[in-house]
Amino acid sequence: MIEQIFFIIFAALAIISALGVISLRNPVHAALSLIVCFFQIACLFVLLRSPFLAVVQVFIYVGAVMVLFLFVVMILDIKKVSLGVLVTRRSKYIYFFLVGLAIELIVVLTGGFQKLILDTPGEEVKIEVIGRVLFTEFLFPFELVSILLLVAMVGAIIMIKDAEKEGAK
Amino acid sequence: MPIGLNDIIAILPEIIVSLSACVLLIVDLFIPKGKKFFIGGIAILTVMVAAFVSFYIAGAGLTGMTVFSGMFAADGFGFFFKGIFFVIAILVILLSLSYVDTEGIENGEYYIFILFSLAGMMVMASGVDLLSIYLGLELMSLPVYILTGYAKLNKRSNEAAMKYVVLGAFSSGILLFGISLIYGITGTTELTGIATALSAGGAEHGALIIAVVMLVAGFGFKIAGVPFHMWSPDVYEGAPTPITAFMSVGPKAAAFAVILRVFLDGLAPAYDTWYLILSIVAVGSMVVGNIVAIAQTNLKRMLAYSSIGHAGYALLGVIAGGEEGVASVMYYMLVYAFMNLGIFAVMLYMRTTKRSGELISDYTGLAKKNAPLAFVMLLFLFSLAGIPPTAGFIGKFYVFMALIHAGHIYLAVIGILLSAVAAYYYIRIIMLMYMKEPEGEFEFVRSRPILYVLTLTAVVVIILGIFPGDLLSLAQSAAVFL
Amino acid sequence: MIPVTWFIVLSVVLFMIGVAGVLLRRNLIIMLMSVELMLNAVNINFAAFAYYLQDLRGQVFVVFTITLAAAEVAVALGILIALVKNRSVTNADELDSLKG
Repeated sequence: MIEQIFFIIFAALAIISALGVISLRNPVHAALSLIVCFFQIACLFVLLRSPFLAVVQVFIYVGAVMVLFLFVVMILDIKKVSLGVLVTRRSKYIYFFLVGLAIELIVVLTGGFQKLILDTPGEEVKIEVIGRVLFTEFLFPFELVSILLLVAMVGAIIMIKDAEKEGAK
Repeated sequence: MPIGLNDIIAILPEIIVSLSACVLLIVDLFIPKGKKFFIGGIAILTVMVAAFVSFYIAGAGLTGMTVFSGMFAADGFGFFFKGIFFVIAILVILLSLSYVDTEGIENGEYYIFILFSLAGMMVMASGVDLLSIYLGLELMSLPVYILTGYAKLNKRSNEAAMKYVVLGAFSSGILLFGISLIYGITGTTELTGIATALSAGGAEHGALIIAVVMLVAGFGFKIAGVPFHMWSPDVYEGAPTPITAFMSVGPKAAAFAVILRVFLDGLAPAYDTWYLILSIVAVGSMVVGNIVAIAQTNLKRMLAYSSIGHAGYALLGVIAGGEEGVASVMYYMLVYAFMNLGIFAVMLYMRTTKRSGELISDYTGLAKKNAPLAFVMLLFLFSLAGIPPTAGFIGKFYVFMALIHAGHIYLAVIGILLSAVAAYYYIRIIMLMYMKEPEGEFEFVRSRPILYVLTLTAVVVIILGIFPGDLLSLAQSAAVFL
Repeated sequence: MIPVTWFIVLSVVLFMIGVAGVLLRRNLIIMLMSVELMLNAVNINFAAFAYYLQDLRGQVFVVFTITLAAAEVAVALGILIALVKNRSVTNADELDSLKG
């Protein structure tokens, strides 16, 4: 019972802050709103007996990703840079369409997963266990991710390096 | 579970490619500006070594095993696709050598990213777990996003890269949601496990249809199938031309490898659920791709739409299913790689300061100025249109045969009708080249690597068109999943 | 006990908010943040399924998704900076040298 109350609190806060992300004009406010949302999701991971994920969520999302976002927003003062091509005419229909899609997804998915229930509360997932499978069962994806992070790092550096200096030869 | 020698041997080609890319990152520091083609040369050498090793592994009967706890399969199917990727990587590097110089974007990392992307595609072709498939897909995509924006001083290139990365991340979000639903339904992400769970009653699960739609959307983005194609004309136009060539064949072939494996292996018990969705995407792609292409004046945009159309044809092979359908898609992807890279080679050969070679009107009267070039262009256009005796005809023919044998006559009829429409805009270019008088001066790049690519692709397009037997039987023997 | 459907409802809502953000907003930074929202919705799904199936795979999947999200953001922001540096004006609706 107490868990359900906590779930409702966290979920409500997460949804409100998520709505803030997409409706606030100022990117800095949106980023802060997103941080609130990430914290709620970390709390939900605790409810799901996965403290490791909660910690990773806070460390990586709040600590790394959002700081990167805020850094870029602040340093470049790009409040308005936009793509402006995805949905050229913002009509009311698209709101109806999205809401309708959400309702449809909820109805179908809750119907489909109703039978998935746990009789007794599950065990907490220990960090040791995750560490062990990462180096045995999931070794291949683990190594793959290391290459991927290298690519992302080198790629980001290349894109940011001063183009004019290079072009001068 | 300890990692044995078998595991290492099975992924040896991947290790070679990615390790060499890592080493090249360091070597690149010691190569002076203006000599970066050296990195390109080593990259080609690496791919050749990887190809040789793969060939050896495939030939020595070491295939047919799933390694790393069911993450990776070294099977004939994977090796066939890897062969296609090796060819693509080598040809694209050859095409790039002179282009990066004229555009002033010469940089060692350019070639290294092609290698990393190649490693991602190889993992995709061999991945038998949605986790390794997804990671391979990202490893393939991230370098391509960066390569698209490589011409940093070019506004179009920046915008194309931005558009590509935002929509790419969006589509991978949708794909992941689909994967999470599959995991919820079947309790695993291994393709064989998924198939078992689905045939044991999971196929009636209410959420399955949503999961399938999301998987189709995620993979459909990579092959630029309608309605997930909006990015492709803009990105194709903005990206540096060799990268456009790479995108139009590499990631597409890799995504088809994944689609074949996921839908015909993992989701095979749910055929009734996904068959209609894929049919809609296939027909939509053929209609939009072939009809919108008629109105284009930019050759790169036209090829983008034509590539959407070709994705539609290849999807028909997936729908046909069975060994024949799988083999027809594999063969189609191989043929498509050669003919599309060939046409991009012509475009790059035309690229000088006077003409960009990107406008269709640039080709007016080409036959009078450079008859051999006009002839190979004609060959590639015929092949794309599917006119015999070129390889494109055989590719399409086998897809339609597989489709008819599987009993989807209507889809085959639609496909054949739209091929006729497609022929119109390819032949329009041929008319321009042969029937009109040339306008203005013509200049050519005269780069030897591009000439090699032109010769090779032209010869292969003819040979595969006249003697398709050997490669087709190879594809058929490889068309069995583990 | 919280039913698994609650988590799914929350995840769908967050996911659709993210989709709406990508489709409706024009600010590139906010579009990228909306993608992050979508990925978080996916993470909730994986963690919830992992808990209710009592299986480790979902947990590990979340770890990988989070890592990939970080990598993707790094690349996307790098491209964004290159784009902004290359343009003197950063006004809205100006990315039109490629006609859609």
